[in-house]
Amino acid sequence: MSQTTTVVAEGPSRAPWYLRLPVIADLRRSVGLQRGMLIVGLVLTALLVLTAIFAPLIAPYGFAASAADGVGFGTQQAPNPTNHWGTTVAGYDVLSRVVWGARTAVLTIITSVTMSFVIGVLLGLVSGYVGGWFDRICTMITDAVYAFPSLLLAIVLSIVISGGQSSAAGGIMSAAISITVVYVPQYFRVIRAETVRLKAEPFVEAARVTGVPVRRTLFGHILRNATRTLPLIFTLNASESILTLAGLGFIGFGIEPSSAAEWGYDLNRSMTDVTSGMWWTAIFPGLAIVLSVLGITLMGESMNDLNDPRLRRRRAPKKTRAAAPAARAAEPGAPARAEAPTGSASSGPAGDGPEGPARAADDTDDTKEA
Amino acid sequence: MSHTEEPDPDEAVAADVAEAVADAETSTGESARSSVPVATAKGAGEKRRRGGLSRYIITRFLLIFPTIFILVTVVFFLMRVTGDPITAALGGRLTPDQLAQRVHEAGYDRPILIQYLDYLGGLVRGDFGTTYTDNMPVLSVLKQYGSATLELVLFSLVISLLIGLPLGRLAAAKRDKWQDAVLRIFAILAYATPVFFLGLLLKLVFAVKLGWLPVSGRISASGEGTMGRLLNPSPFYLVDAIRLGNGPLIVDVLRHAVLPSVALGLLNGGVFLRLVRTNVIGTIDRQYVESARSRGVPERRLVTKHAMRPALIPIITVMGMQIALMLGGAVLTETTFEWRGLGFMLAQYMTARDYVAVQGIVMLMAVIVALANFIVDVIAALIDPRVRY
Repeated sequence: MSQTTTVVAEGPSRAPWYLRLPVIADLRRSVGLQRGMLIVGLVLTALLVLTAIFAPLIAPYGFAASAADGVGFGTQQAPNPTNHWGTTVAGYDVLSRVVWGARTAVLTIITSVTMSFVIGVLLGLVSGYVGGWFDRICTMITDAVYAFPSLLLAIVLSIVISGGQSSAAGGIMSAAISITVVYVPQYFRVIRAETVRLKAEPFVEAARVTGVPVRRTLFGHILRNATRTLPLIFTLNASESILTLAGLGFIGFGIEPSSAAEWGYDLNRSMTDVTSGMWWTAIFPGLAIVLSVLGITLMGESMNDLNDPRLRRRRAPKKTRAAAPAARAAEPGAPARAEAPTGSASSGPAGDGPEGPARAADDTDDTKEA
Repeated sequence: MSHTEEPDPDEAVAADVAEAVADAETSTGESARSSVPVATAKGAGEKRRRGGLSRYIITRFLLIFPTIFILVTVVFFLMRVTGDPITAALGGRLTPDQLAQRVHEAGYDRPILIQYLDYLGGLVRGDFGTTYTDNMPVLSVLKQYGSATLELVLFSLVISLLIGLPLGRLAAAKRDKWQDAVLRIFAILAYATPVFFLGLLLKLVFAVKLGWLPVSGRISASGEGTMGRLLNPSPFYLVDAIRLGNGPLIVDVLRHAVLPSVALGLLNGGVFLRLVRTNVIGTIDRQYVESARSRGVPERRLVTKHAMRPALIPIITVMGMQIALMLGGAVLTETTFEWRGLGFMLAQYMTARDYVAVQGIVMLMAVIVALANFIVDVIAALIDPRVRY
């Protein structure tokens, strides 16, 4: 999640630098429920990252250990002093696998977020700036990919990348690349829309006229002004990575248990346990997924609310019924892929491109107003 | 995908500029969500409105094809990057000679471009390939199992609407109160919980511990027997059960459907909830609502009627986009509950490494998603004339 901190801060300008770091600045100006959500999100995310880093220290056993000191754990054991969270059908320690699973999840997040960010932003910048047929083709392809069920795409890609069954690196990469393919359109849409908008701004024109190299215009003038909504997409991207990794694992395209611990795979193995009433093999990895996604989503969502003046609550709240004319736009940052980051390009929560039906909503409002 | 109708680029730019200006005025300029569409709609809407509904539908219909074409192409070449499906399925089990012969018989040793054109030709004729493991045309896999998936998706759609509409309205009406906070967190939780974990939890509690509902499947064995007596079965179990007028059978079918549809429905219910809340909040401060309030229309009616109606249009649009999400979710739900639909079969074929079948089903779903999006767009256009252009 280190990516979120790279975004240029817009915090209070006179505070010392460490208070202006994005997350901290957000925290400082938050109140009430938003602050609660942000704190819970931060804590959960920190927990995930720390668990991932210190997995070897926290986990009592290795992720593929089925015995300690020469004594086997036994299979499907209920929680007991040796195995605090019980053992799986294959005789692994559930606690250890859940802890090690954090590492797999975090690695997947980092890989996929980095890749989709780089590719999506580059494509979006170039496509928006260059325009013409290149832009049209890019938009068309990304739109097509965007409409496709991400899990299916992930399945196809994991077949391509790892032939369906995989080592740790292969599994992580196939999940990460699948997420990348699914998420590139989202970065692309947002950045492209912003680029198209900024391209016509006087300062970009000025840069062009004075002969600033295109590359510098793109990154210095446009990109730096187009990053407002990126933190939200980062978090959506991250949580979607966890969910897709788990989904792939659950369907049986996960990482082999001997090469890494993966929550989705463990859930898949626990299906038969559940039928016979054994709860511990399913509950713990499942909760790990829920808490990780919850933490990241809460964080992204509350930071996004804070960055939107229409949704932010002031420190000394005067009870007014929201800024009426602006409230049309709604609460952004819905977590689901379908309505998410594009909502930032347009105002509609419907998450459509500028030409999409989101317009209908605004249109309705306008005519009603007129 | 429904938005590839790029207007004139210049116009778009102009609109964007106008929007940027407007945006700077209305908000502090820091607003992340700028309101692009307003200006576009105002300026260009007049001109395009003359296009008429039929023209819009035709344009929209024609746009299905490039979408499908792109997806088919991407999937096809991706699947071929790794090699041919026969080696993938049988590699290691046959000698190289036998393998080479099989590959030759299936035509996988031809140049990739020929294979691609061949495949495209097949698609045009409605031939999505034949599964390798059980030698079934993919289209008949669809016929046999598609209805189960459709049934599941419809059930869960009902559930998610039952959750999303009233709760979203409640959250909007009680904005910033504790009810709103609880519902928002509920919605986030619904998103954060993978559908298969929720399914396992539901199974654990309601099927195993409490024993109220069946663990898996679409119908009980005895029910299947009763159903088998029907001479011309419809694809839907529920329809058949109702046609038979057999009370216990209807109950049996519904009992099997509860857990899977709740699992899948909650996922979408959370999305709908947020969507309704957002849009109702957007409309409830409008002047026409205010004037209705001043005329003494009860608050409750304001929320359910005045603010709700215009909020429905974006909701319908997003429902279309949700279909893609739901199909993905259906694959996982069906696997969890052994609900024998398309998704379940997809997982089966994947385990069997039958990549011809996987490719066929994936392509099929691409077509379904494209068609569904088309239909939703048409519905949205019928409801709201302003969508057309």
